[in-house]
Amino acid sequence: MREFARLYAELDETTATNRKLDALQQYFAAASPENAAWAVYFLAGGKPRQAVPSKLLREFAIEYAMLDEWLFEECYQAVGDLAETVALVLPPPENESDVGLAVWMEERIGPLRGADPATVREKLLAYFNELTARERFLLVKLIGGGFRVGVSKLLVTRALASMAAVDSKLIAQRLMGWTDGSVAPTATGFLRLIAEQSDDEHKLRGGQPFPFFLAHQLQGEPAALGDLAEWQVEWKYDGIRAQLVRRSEQSFVWSRGEDLITERFPEVAAIRVPEGTVIDGEILVWQGSALNSGPAPFADLQKRIGRKTLSAKLLAELPAVLLAYDLLELDGVDLRALPQHERRALLQTLVRDAAQPALQISPLVEAESWDALSTIRMESRARGVEGMMLKARNAQYGVGRTKDVGTWWKWKVDPYSIDAVLIYAQAGHGRRASLYTDYTFAVWDDDEAGERKLVPFAKAYSGLTDAEIAKVDNAIRKTTIEKFGPVRSVKPSMVFEIGFEGIALSTRHKAGIAVRFPRILRQRFDKTVDDADTLDTLKGLLAAAHE
Amino acid sequence: MGDMVVVRKEGLFCVPGNFYIDPWRPVDRAVITHAHGDHARVGHGHYLAAAPGVDILRSRLGEITIDGLAYGERITHNGVTISLHPAGHVLGSAQVRMECGGEVWVASGDYKVEPDATCAPFEPVRCDTFITESTFGLPIYRWQKQQEVFDDINAWWRKNAEQGRPSVVFAYSFGKAQRILSGLDASIGPIVCHGSVEPLNRVYRAGGVDLPPTVLVTDIDKAALKTAMVVAPPSASGSTWMRRFGDYSDSFASGWMLLRGARRRRGVDRGFVLSDHADWPGLMSAIQSTQAEKVIVTHGSIPTMVRWLCQQGYEAKGFDTEFGDEDESTAPEAKEMKESKKAAEETTPDAPEAADA
Repeated sequence: MREFARLYAELDETTATNRKLDALQQYFAAASPENAAWAVYFLAGGKPRQAVPSKLLREFAIEYAMLDEWLFEECYQAVGDLAETVALVLPPPENESDVGLAVWMEERIGPLRGADPATVREKLLAYFNELTARERFLLVKLIGGGFRVGVSKLLVTRALASMAAVDSKLIAQRLMGWTDGSVAPTATGFLRLIAEQSDDEHKLRGGQPFPFFLAHQLQGEPAALGDLAEWQVEWKYDGIRAQLVRRSEQSFVWSRGEDLITERFPEVAAIRVPEGTVIDGEILVWQGSALNSGPAPFADLQKRIGRKTLSAKLLAELPAVLLAYDLLELDGVDLRALPQHERRALLQTLVRDAAQPALQISPLVEAESWDALSTIRMESRARGVEGMMLKARNAQYGVGRTKDVGTWWKWKVDPYSIDAVLIYAQAGHGRRASLYTDYTFAVWDDDEAGERKLVPFAKAYSGLTDAEIAKVDNAIRKTTIEKFGPVRSVKPSMVFEIGFEGIALSTRHKAGIAVRFPRILRQRFDKTVDDADTLDTLKGLLAAAHE
Repeated sequence: MGDMVVVRKEGLFCVPGNFYIDPWRPVDRAVITHAHGDHARVGHGHYLAAAPGVDILRSRLGEITIDGLAYGERITHNGVTISLHPAGHVLGSAQVRMECGGEVWVASGDYKVEPDATCAPFEPVRCDTFITESTFGLPIYRWQKQQEVFDDINAWWRKNAEQGRPSVVFAYSFGKAQRILSGLDASIGPIVCHGSVEPLNRVYRAGGVDLPPTVLVTDIDKAALKTAMVVAPPSASGSTWMRRFGDYSDSFASGWMLLRGARRRRGVDRGFVLSDHADWPGLMSAIQSTQAEKVIVTHGSIPTMVRWLCQQGYEAKGFDTEFGDEDESTAPEAKEMKESKKAAEETTPDAPEAADA
């Protein structure tokens, strides 16, 4: 734990990639395989389920610190992070210990899950009493299930690759599925992760997916990409990126976040494809009949994601399909080094032969010229898609967001935008703790009495630079009307242009609509509050989206 | 009798004495607790300050009419006996003791209770009412021992020097900079001070404070910079002045660096937690040592401290002042903006800056 806490602190302290890499290499060089296995799990983004509810954690920390609850709450508001607050308010420990990360996870933290509160209390207070502030911070993070490290998976891969003297693409491949939580990290697993390349690499893969190939945002005009004939064009869908893996007579469905989602989408898992097949595509809720069908809004997919148990009714109402757009493995052979167009041809044959309703192929968009394509792209909203994907005809299927073996571009349509008024603000967390960075925006609407008032319709926290945030933060403090806990209502005075990707009806929101991916495009210094848009304008966008 | 000290639009006002303490608008008579910009402003008719702070005030405010009072020396003004007592914040910082009709009030200004080689240590003064600051008035704020911080700074400097990279520590030029200098191990390499720090070093040295040798960047060989420690105000960060140091490692020294969020926002390699304000235990011990029954809380965590003190049996309330920041906790950013604005407006190297934190 001590070494991992030091590694965490070092990664947290610096923004320099080289120093992070140094710290990782030093850690892995010294760590025992069982501890290193858990470290990889966390560094690669593994999130264990919460072992102790935050409420209890907080309660026992308050008891140990001998603070009033309100005072602890004040502290939490200033810090913006529970683990850090706990680490800062607890008095120094009386004992010390140096127990390895694996023992902590397996013998100390693991058993807390589901234990009765009295046991949890006794254990926690004892643990607090043997750890330094830095280690307590980590303990609370590990127990609370909200652990995040400021390091990219790519960097972890590089550190492991250089330590093991193995190609980093191979490490990336072996890392797939490490963090899904179905298998506990072990010393054996770690040794296999850093072992030399072997002939049965493929056999060892089990039900693991391939690292997803990610697209880059296209900046500027596509004509700069050269001859259109060199590009494979498809629609860009707003669903769940997923791989369907069929190996060892079993099907596995993996999300891009490397979560195993097989059980969430039984109709996708039930797609019959030959042994040794991996398909990359998008899971979507499909609506309408065969003639006039298309992807349902993301909100419908969300209804599927949100449910723990899937009723027959829900499955019938919101059927999911896998819209296939790439073939990564066929007959147990890795196809990723084949050019895009060859993989596409094989995919078309496979989908046609499979003839399964839940397996559709992502249609190609054909056009004579980039200009013609631009015109077709204007149908995006009506089709319920986000724009287009441009895939180099000769692109291999790369690892992650790379351009070294050919490129995928996403050519999205411009977001919807609307001018809205900032009415509530809340302090952020982490890097933005005690800065007002989370805003609620409103548009005008007439109430029953015909009175014009502001109705909140979206929250947004991204899009402003640090300098802009500092100014808005300042203005919020000066125009505060009321404080409700961490939230402030402010005198409506600032207008922002808010961008978003989609819009749908919602019964859960006061305004009756919900927008997708809202973010701040810019502050409109040229507009007064009265110039902000109305709810009718927003509803107009809704109508347009469904035409 | 009503309160001896009240808040007016000009500042804290001693009613029977008819004078102000650290007023933020021009007044006739001002007692100044210390020379940071939010406490000492230009435009008052007469200034009274602790003798060790007089030269600093002059260097920062220019031509002013000022009297210096030795720590502990008493004078009487309109029937109020005034004396100044060390606050341990920066050189010349003072608490203001006011006695009138058998009642004693003390206004702390800014203070810390931890020893600091660059100024006289905080002196607890018995009083009936204590006016305390609350910059770090939350239990999360507990400082490491000063020596440990100095050891960390020196170790970091040594490591950088071994790798041939200059070390830059950003610190407020008055107070924090000299305190850091007093803790540096000059055997590691040369110490370079920014043009806004060096004039204050001179005043400190003239006041008998022992500081290691320092040079201006124009007085040092470029090759020697590789092992140098550079002490500069936060406003120098990102300025062209920094370019000459090439590939340097930077750090920021402030109490705010205790929080990860503030540290990460700052974007420096290291955050050293070093403050010239009292931490939570320091505030509590200082309040206790005055034996006051009434406590008035100014700038910082006013509502929290007031509620806590009331729970502890004090008669406590808050004063809204224009010291420190206009709001609880965001200090570094808010100050930074003020500072960089000032830096842009004023080109003199020793332009006064906002308060230390």
